[in-house]
Amino acid sequence: MPKIKVDGVELEVENGLTLLQACEQAGAEVPRFCYHERLSIAGNCRMCLVEVKGGPPKPQASCAMSVNDLRPGPNGEPPEVFTNTSMVKKAREGVMEFLLINHPLDCPICDQGGECDLQDQAMVYGIDKNRFHENKRAVENKYLGPLVKTSMNRCIQCTRCVRFTTEVAGIEEMGATGRGEDMEITTYLNKAISSELQGNIIDLCPVGALTSLPYEFKARPWELRKTETIDAMDAVGCNIRVDARGREVMRILPRTHEDVNEEWISDKTRFVWDGLKAQRLDRPYVREFGKLREASWGEAFQRIAQRMNGVNPDRVGIILGDLVGAEEAFSVRQFADQFGIKNIDCRQDGTPLGEKGGRAGYLFNSGITGIDEADSILLIGTNPRLEAPVLNARIRRRVARGGCPVFLIGERADLTYGYTHLGNGPETLGKFLASDQQGGAKPMVIVGQGAIDRADGPQVLAAAYKAAEKLGAIKDGWNGFNILHTAAGRVGALDVCALPAQDGGKTTREMLDAAKAGELDVIFLIGADEIDTRALGATFVVYVGTHGDAGAHRADVILSGAAYVEKQVTYVNTEGRPQMTERASFPPGEAREDWAIFRAMTEVLGNALPWNNLAELRSAMYKVAPQLMRIDERTAAPTNELADLGKVEGAMSADPFRSPITDFYMTNPIARASKIMAECSALKNVQKLEAAE
Amino acid sequence: MSVRRLHPVQPDSFAFNAENLAWAKAKIAQYPAGKQASAVIPLLWRAQEQNDNWVTKPVIEYVAHMLDMAYIRVLEVATFYTMFQLQPVGKIAHIQVCGTTPCMLRGAEDLKKVCQNKINHEPHHLSEDGNFSWEEVECLGACVNAPMVQIFKDTYEDLTPATLEKLIDDLATGRKVKVGPQIDRHNAAPEGVQTALTDPSLYEGQRTFVRVEPPPPPPPAEEKK
Amino acid sequence: MLADKDRIFTNIYGFHDWGLEGAKKRGCWSGTKGFIANGRDWMINEIKASGLRGRGGAGFPTGLKWSFMPKVIGERPHYLVVNADESEPGTCKDREILRHEPHLLVEGCLLAGAAMGCHMAVIYVRGEFIREREHLQAAVDQAYEARLIGKNNLNGWDFDIIVHHGAGAYICGEETAMLESIEGKKGQPRMKPPFPANVGLYGAPTTVNNVESIAVAGTIMRRGATWFASLGRPNNAGTKLFCISGHVNKPCVVEEELGIPFRELIDKHAGGVRGGYENLLAVIPGGSSVRMVPADLIIDTPMDFDSLGKLRSGLGTAAVIVMDKSTDLIKAIARLAYFYKHESCGQCTPCREGTGWMWRVMSRMAEGRAEKREIDMLLDVTKQIEGHTICALGDAAAWPIQGLIAHFRPVIEARIDQYAANPDHDGAVRKIAAE
Repeated sequence: MPKIKVDGVELEVENGLTLLQACEQAGAEVPRFCYHERLSIAGNCRMCLVEVKGGPPKPQASCAMSVNDLRPGPNGEPPEVFTNTSMVKKAREGVMEFLLINHPLDCPICDQGGECDLQDQAMVYGIDKNRFHENKRAVENKYLGPLVKTSMNRCIQCTRCVRFTTEVAGIEEMGATGRGEDMEITTYLNKAISSELQGNIIDLCPVGALTSLPYEFKARPWELRKTETIDAMDAVGCNIRVDARGREVMRILPRTHEDVNEEWISDKTRFVWDGLKAQRLDRPYVREFGKLREASWGEAFQRIAQRMNGVNPDRVGIILGDLVGAEEAFSVRQFADQFGIKNIDCRQDGTPLGEKGGRAGYLFNSGITGIDEADSILLIGTNPRLEAPVLNARIRRRVARGGCPVFLIGERADLTYGYTHLGNGPETLGKFLASDQQGGAKPMVIVGQGAIDRADGPQVLAAAYKAAEKLGAIKDGWNGFNILHTAAGRVGALDVCALPAQDGGKTTREMLDAAKAGELDVIFLIGADEIDTRALGATFVVYVGTHGDAGAHRADVILSGAAYVEKQVTYVNTEGRPQMTERASFPPGEAREDWAIFRAMTEVLGNALPWNNLAELRSAMYKVAPQLMRIDERTAAPTNELADLGKVEGAMSADPFRSPITDFYMTNPIARASKIMAECSALKNVQKLEAAE
Repeated sequence: MSVRRLHPVQPDSFAFNAENLAWAKAKIAQYPAGKQASAVIPLLWRAQEQNDNWVTKPVIEYVAHMLDMAYIRVLEVATFYTMFQLQPVGKIAHIQVCGTTPCMLRGAEDLKKVCQNKINHEPHHLSEDGNFSWEEVECLGACVNAPMVQIFKDTYEDLTPATLEKLIDDLATGRKVKVGPQIDRHNAAPEGVQTALTDPSLYEGQRTFVRVEPPPPPPPAEEKK
Repeated sequence: MLADKDRIFTNIYGFHDWGLEGAKKRGCWSGTKGFIANGRDWMINEIKASGLRGRGGAGFPTGLKWSFMPKVIGERPHYLVVNADESEPGTCKDREILRHEPHLLVEGCLLAGAAMGCHMAVIYVRGEFIREREHLQAAVDQAYEARLIGKNNLNGWDFDIIVHHGAGAYICGEETAMLESIEGKKGQPRMKPPFPANVGLYGAPTTVNNVESIAVAGTIMRRGATWFASLGRPNNAGTKLFCISGHVNKPCVVEEELGIPFRELIDKHAGGVRGGYENLLAVIPGGSSVRMVPADLIIDTPMDFDSLGKLRSGLGTAAVIVMDKSTDLIKAIARLAYFYKHESCGQCTPCREGTGWMWRVMSRMAEGRAEKREIDMLLDVTKQIEGHTICALGDAAAWPIQGLIAHFRPVIEARIDQYAANPDHDGAVRKIAAE
């Protein structure tokens, strides 16, 4: 561990650290534009210059020099670095002046204003008079798609966006054309960026060159109320910050969580916010003479009570959707128990998860950070790029580091990294089991929902488990058997056991079949919109949810709920990490938080849920699922029951695996209500057609 | 240099002819495995030569496919290196006038005027008949033969406005032109009487050398300062 | 004056056959196998002892550079890259080697390669040198044909040569930009460290040498380091190709001993300064990137690295640009400022933004459309670029202007006065400057 002196303070630092990082550790702040710890080092902005004693008589870019590059003094004294000498100050002022001469200085009309690195650093290193009397450079704005707005006069050519899209997002679409002062950041001939992670370049851009197009001229950062919460667009559990003005959500930004999303979020996570305002169910509705009409809460509950009166609980079903929080799932579970309803299922996609194998049977057991350690990855029926873009970026990084081949059984797709395509479906999986394929020290198997949301799901899951076992993916200190969920609420619901009762409870598939056959009288859809509502037949449908989506259209009674940014619930991500959302805004109109709706409804039904507030609900829930209490802790699941997964009779069908996500931008009711998402989706379809040409 | 963009009017396709394709494959094979991107400049250049001396969008995409490179990377290269012409150039001649100081000192500005008068006032624009175009370029590395121009593969050196005008006229009418110095001079040798390499014994028969070995007792080092 | 028998490049003007037969007759390719058989250390020591300093501009001792390559060839192959991207304004010596003495270069590549454990060399020829490249390629093909290079060749060191080329970018003459360019990217210099000897072409140990440095290697070994070191001056050994351009009567390329006084060089080979020495105004002695030297300071200065360095200028590539009293110096330097603006790769801030700024101010000053305080401001801007960039292009862009201001500030001031005094402009200067 090399020793180094920064501004006279001696400290020992890790090998390979950059001078910039060492200076930070010593408490000396170093300004920078191009440097970003998660991207390759460009060293081009020259803002981070420091003075190195004993080195050449010129300042050095601290981002590009390693502490190991420095030589100790003649008597072995540690090398010295200065961040506050007049040489350093002069050099940085010079660079700042150069950055500003061609910058438009249009801060008053710039969306980056108030949160701009250039603005902030100019406060420290800017000089108060202008010596540049020439015409400023004008740069044409570029089209990057419907999400990222460009204002290229402001660009300081730091190339963070180019490096991000190339290195992290894995798409080689952005570049810097031309040279010298005419160098321009652009995509290939103004084509829209195709990445699902492109929004991150808005955050990365240290100036106002790349800003959020949907957020254009909407708000100033200092007007916004910032709420730190959790995303629900996929099952990664990205940490986000929701910025709202009044009741209106204005934008969504990532928060750093090293073990989950680092500091990236997908475009769906970032730009879905306009979907929170459209097609909202802001009050209860009841169906009358074939049409839905507004109703009061009491009226709606009465209607349900009338229909439920005297109904055999075996002819009642409950299906939970993808965005249901653990508290809500637990409330529903309790409701089912109190009314003797056996038919309850949180797996609206029809997977067998949670039935066998214990908790380890439905988790991403290695944890998301396990990807960094894996030495081979077998993907079964999954397209992580669409199902969990941020997680996919982590796989990409692992692959890029080398020594981690990826194999895919399932649909061929551009995953942004190279892989060996073994085949399309169960047949290949069977062959794989019969082969003599060996795993390394830390093999990983990732099973997608597309492999198991089918009638032969249990058999495929069994085969996937056997594959993991064969590869040696499950052993002491390493469990590389991973289920990749797509629904934010699924693991939490499984944790509170929102599953069909052991003694004859119906699964989603069985409930739909029963409904079709007229064997179901009432069905509760708790935000379940991804089912085939045509199969519901004449069943009386109670829909609890937020948006006028598939479920609501078919409903006989609608109870209007709260969306994920409007309530405090626990989401457990795919690796089993419980995280709690915060309320960033309020549900619109008379809509209420779901648990409160169930509480009120059961009271009308004559058997109220036994809690009066969220705290009571949670303490009851923690008795059933204590791991949910440990917020942000990933509790490794015991593997003692895991082998049960393999004990399944029956054969797999020949149908190829398909990812459950065909349209990344349209996976849930909120996204489907979003105009921005609709635009992205339309564009994607055009891109697909072009690619097919 | 101004902003370099692809021409608004683009042809539909490009493909190497058989000879160039064979050449390109051999070129790619020269580089270590997996480093085929190294061939991007040679391939683009060969494509430019085949494609009436300019680079088009189909050229960029063709080369990108051939080298398994992203389009944007090839576009970066095509816009970074200024010898890639991004718009059509004169069919007979694209005259590149060296304008950097050594040539300027010896009259390059007058050569530019000749081009402006005879071809088009604006660089990179075609003459009316489409046969000529011109541009000012940076040092072409023939400074002792200044001022000079390059037309495609050849240089025409030691020019005056009059000799350049004649050169353009000769090219236009298809007369034979002399490549290299346009005055009585041999390459980079000084005009007139030779001042060096006049010893004929250097060129008689096979030249041999006797190694000068260091003197046995090496004197103390005195070059350090 | 250097005797003809001591000139290394005996066909520099192309009066004779540049092909293999002609080159062999002139002594090229003789003894090559023996030098290689003497081993790496012998070859490196020979070059070290000769005192050869790099001919590409910086003058770094070539033998020392060779010795930086790892002694043992590890997993990564070693590469030799030859810098034939001759683009420094005023410089046109490598062109003559490429087209008239290509075999000296090919032979030099083999020797340098063997000395550094390289089995492959890439010669990066600037894109504009098309005929030159054709000659070089032909020479390489001849050498393959004659089994002088290639696998299992007669010289006993497997060696491949790729003739690569650029397409119009001065910056590719910077060694790491050249590596990027060879890898098929934009020629944007890399940050150092790591140096190419550790992480170079394709991430492997690489040495980049100038054409002339490599092309003299064979003759140095043939005639002995002592012979080479006996020419020139202490610490400035050997012969050098000088490119004499600008306002001389007979511009030419000529090989001379290092340290030849300026006046002798010009008189002997270039027919004197146009209009005589009293008409000499200033000289840029080493290519556009060095500071200019006024007439009286340069006239008797030995043309070598150290003597010109003492004048705060440099030998650079030995491209001597002579300017007589008819020269508009401000315009001449403004044109160089344009050159650097045009050739900046755009990667790092000071150079990208600064070269354009300097050029614009210089163009105004060439007209006189400036204010006198802007001279100091311009000087300050050059200092803000110098030493703050990734590569030396920033420095190279700053120095010509610094040289102009250091030696000819009164000329700039007079121009400004002249412009301001001209009633036609009606004080336009002040208005524009005040904007």
